[in-house]
Amino acid sequence: MENFNYHRPASVADAVNAMKAAKDGKLMSGGMTLIPTMKQGLASPSDIVDLGGLKNTGITVGATVVIKAGTTHAEVAGSAELKKAIPGLAALAGGIGDPHVRHRGTIGGSIANNDPAADYPSACLGLGAVIHTSSRKIPADAFFTGMFSTALEEGEVVTAVEFPIPKKCGYAKFPNPASLYAMVGVFAAQPADGAARVAVTGAGAGVFRVPAMEAALSKDFSAGALNGVSVPAKDLNSDIHASAEYRAHLITVMAKRAVEKAK
Amino acid sequence: MDNGTGIGARVKRKEDQRFITGKGNYTDDINLPKQTYAYFVRSPHAHAAIRSIDTSKAKKMPGVVGVFTGEDVAADKIGGLICGWMIHSKDGSPMKAGPHPILAQGKVRYVGDHVAVVVAETKDLAKAAAHAVEVHYDVLPHVVDVADAMGHKAQVHEVAPDNRVFNWSIGDEAATDEAFKRAAHVTKIDLVNNRLIPNAMEPRAAIGYYDTGQDHYTLYTTSQNPHVARLVISAFHGLAPEHKLRVIAPDVGGGFGSKIFIYAEEVVCVWASKRIGGRPIKWTAERTESFLADAHGRDHVTHAELAMDAGGKIIGFKVHTKAAMGAYLSTFASCVPTYLYATLLSGQYNIPAIYAEVDALYTNTAPVDAYRGAGRPEATYVVERIVETAARELKMDPAEFRRKNFVTQFPHQTPVIMCYDAGDYAAALDKALDIADAKGFAARKADAAKKGKLRGIGYSAYIEACGIAPSAAIGSLGAGVGLWESAEVRVNPVGTVEVLTGSHSHGQGHETTFAQLVSDRLGIDINNVSIVHGDTDKVQFGMGTYGSRSGAVGMTAIAKALDKIEAKAKRVAAAVMEASADDVEFKNGTFTVKGTDKKMAFGEVALSAYVAHKFNSAEIEPGLKEAAFHDPSNFVFPAGVHVCEVEIDPDTGVTEVVNYTAVDDFGNIINPMIVEGQVHGGIVQGIGQALAEGAVYDKDSGQLLTGSYMDYQMPRAANVPSFKLGFTCTPCPSNPLGMKGCGEAGAIASPAAVMNAVTDALGVKDVSMPATPHTVWKVLQPMKKAAE
Repeated sequence: MENFNYHRPASVADAVNAMKAAKDGKLMSGGMTLIPTMKQGLASPSDIVDLGGLKNTGITVGATVVIKAGTTHAEVAGSAELKKAIPGLAALAGGIGDPHVRHRGTIGGSIANNDPAADYPSACLGLGAVIHTSSRKIPADAFFTGMFSTALEEGEVVTAVEFPIPKKCGYAKFPNPASLYAMVGVFAAQPADGAARVAVTGAGAGVFRVPAMEAALSKDFSAGALNGVSVPAKDLNSDIHASAEYRAHLITVMAKRAVEKAK
Repeated sequence: MDNGTGIGARVKRKEDQRFITGKGNYTDDINLPKQTYAYFVRSPHAHAAIRSIDTSKAKKMPGVVGVFTGEDVAADKIGGLICGWMIHSKDGSPMKAGPHPILAQGKVRYVGDHVAVVVAETKDLAKAAAHAVEVHYDVLPHVVDVADAMGHKAQVHEVAPDNRVFNWSIGDEAATDEAFKRAAHVTKIDLVNNRLIPNAMEPRAAIGYYDTGQDHYTLYTTSQNPHVARLVISAFHGLAPEHKLRVIAPDVGGGFGSKIFIYAEEVVCVWASKRIGGRPIKWTAERTESFLADAHGRDHVTHAELAMDAGGKIIGFKVHTKAAMGAYLSTFASCVPTYLYATLLSGQYNIPAIYAEVDALYTNTAPVDAYRGAGRPEATYVVERIVETAARELKMDPAEFRRKNFVTQFPHQTPVIMCYDAGDYAAALDKALDIADAKGFAARKADAAKKGKLRGIGYSAYIEACGIAPSAAIGSLGAGVGLWESAEVRVNPVGTVEVLTGSHSHGQGHETTFAQLVSDRLGIDINNVSIVHGDTDKVQFGMGTYGSRSGAVGMTAIAKALDKIEAKAKRVAAAVMEASADDVEFKNGTFTVKGTDKKMAFGEVALSAYVAHKFNSAEIEPGLKEAAFHDPSNFVFPAGVHVCEVEIDPDTGVTEVVNYTAVDDFGNIINPMIVEGQVHGGIVQGIGQALAEGAVYDKDSGQLLTGSYMDYQMPRAANVPSFKLGFTCTPCPSNPLGMKGCGEAGAIASPAAVMNAVTDALGVKDVSMPATPHTVWKVLQPMKKAAE
């Protein structure tokens, strides 16, 4: 690991300024991806801007659910209010990584990193969340732009994620047998009003929606409605763990399970 | 002594307090004054000629103390790594061992091959400078799959133009052919035994130190056999005579065979220490280096045929195996697919004629050598998969087909060298069927089907030969060493005891089990016994721990030394109590004189031996210390029956092990808790091989695709059920404790049990290991299509 300058700002504005002043700065929330990457020499930022000093944590349930960016996965998974409002989201958070990751990793860090096999992006996209940042509000549909890439500008800080409360939703993950990251993860939601949403993580270059499944589930939000509805294999990942065809198959299986689980 | 710490007691492991509280003393925990750090430049290519190495930039980098290449090694005339077991091909020619210098000379032969070493003030500085070493390669064709290696255009070593190291055979080919001519039924199968990466919890590490004042070397290293390491480094690398080289293997965090071998990095550290003026050099493998450069295990491709008569009796067995050796012959690589493999092809069965042929082949991959079970898991996999398949083809119950063919008379001479000394295979089968509730399987399968799951059951009636090994016998087969073991028992004046053993504990629990033996025999508190191992300056020459030998061979040496202690102590006690030694009896830690009320405690006798006031020193030497070397007269033959049940989710291809029963005959058991732990660990490793683990080299690039835990799947606690264990006991006749070995049995038996269950669930002849969800899903697709 190379040396770097360390900042721990107390306000979002200070964080934004620290990033502006840095030659090659990196925002750090839980550090669950950044630190291992630095240890392997794959990233060597000049400055680390640690967002832990913002104390930006907490979950507010009202007409929507607002989860502040620094809230850990364990806090999301354990929130009694959230379990009532969006049980599918709390369950997803409870299945991220391992206990260590869940107690360090944060929702803001996860979505800003947008790992193509991360769980949270599927919930954001599947629920139609709105991402609050230091300068604006971005709908999930516009936020996730590809592998490890988002609509965030340089130095823009995620401050919160706002979720509409659906009628029901569920998440089913098929983990990569080695890494346990999602090889295919499907989030399915039946919103309070409007069409069903289905978002897939792990299977492609980034999280994506499945219009054919959404159409089927909008008519009938049941696993059976997805019989014969699948995603073409051609754009999906293929590696030693799973061919694109197998991933395509698993998307339908996991989508059905997500719907069956939906609460 | 029945004090709860003797033989057969479930004594908690004495060593675990320090291990689980982080107070172990591993090689990487040790730091010497003025220590430097090594980092190795490794080959990025599977096969290439080295055109040039430019170290000038690296040498100018901050903190760099030295940069060395194969040229420096050659200049110092440091010998290459050796393979210590000579195998001859069936045409009589010796195996073709290519050169294996400790830093590459002229060529690299696998991704991760050791090319140069940078020594610097810190690990990070060494690593940074290593990136500045400029190596120019001319890339050559490569071959990574053993199935393709024979005669491939990529020639790994000049000495082996067709990549074949040897073409070895065992058994009677003519008699076997004759049996096949008479056969009423022949079962054929093609099997792949997947390549595994050992993954000991502690990576390999070394500190090499040259003392300029004493002209003496010290090597701290993660070794299962420090004396053998010293012998090889001294005799073959030619670094220093043995009395000028001390090898210390302190706490070692798992080995599974991978730490038996003498590797380049460790030798480089001790050699280069002199080159940098006598500063210590530490190297600790990064996990990626462990994946790339630890000796791997298995990697066999086998065709087997089994001949049966009309009554379902096995009459002949033919096996042809291609065994990968990797890019170089590792320390014991050659004996694994030969004498540790094909000698077990008779399994638990009475097979009159067996013939096996093995082609050992070079590939552009990490070397392959012994890994938990070493040849015996491969043999069991072949035997138990084909036996299960034969039973299915003959429409016989697989358990009863086995029973029909079991060896029932002992001793039993197989056609492939081994002479089984004792066993009761039917007893283990009966017990396993009972514990596994085999009768209830049909109902469980029906229940699973209601949930949409495919349930299967599989058996594995394994036998292994361990407690290695009778020295003269293995010498006649090509071994470069003998495999006896040594012990020294030192009784201190206060009656406490140190046992110096040539065995080495790297997870097995010797500090507990060996102390139990002493506590039992001398009647002293187990806490008054220390086990000393792993230091060539402290311990007499010993052969180390592997091949499930520390109980049957290592403890027998201790038992023999304890016999001598008892005899000497009796003479001392007799002198002190003014009696004849023949009248002195020793029981529960007390010496008594027959027919009198005279008695002395063990500690009193020990003190008397040292103060030497009460006997004639001309007749009885003072002191109480005895040594023994034990050379076993035979292998030991643990055997048993494992039964596995799996459920497969046809929607995803996921296989879940839902039931696992293991019934083992290990002879007499010192500590059942530790034995159960060994069985559990072995089964998990075998389940790992069957369902999860598998090293994958990319055919096109030669790169290791499974080079981290992101891609190499280790079995996890959540992947295995709670095991049901049972034991039978036929004491081993070839050692006084009646012990067999237990360390490898689980890993030997379980892959076949799991894969027999998987193939039963799927209704197919074979699924290649590891049966990952993707693999199983692919097997299911044509079946689904056919059903539609």
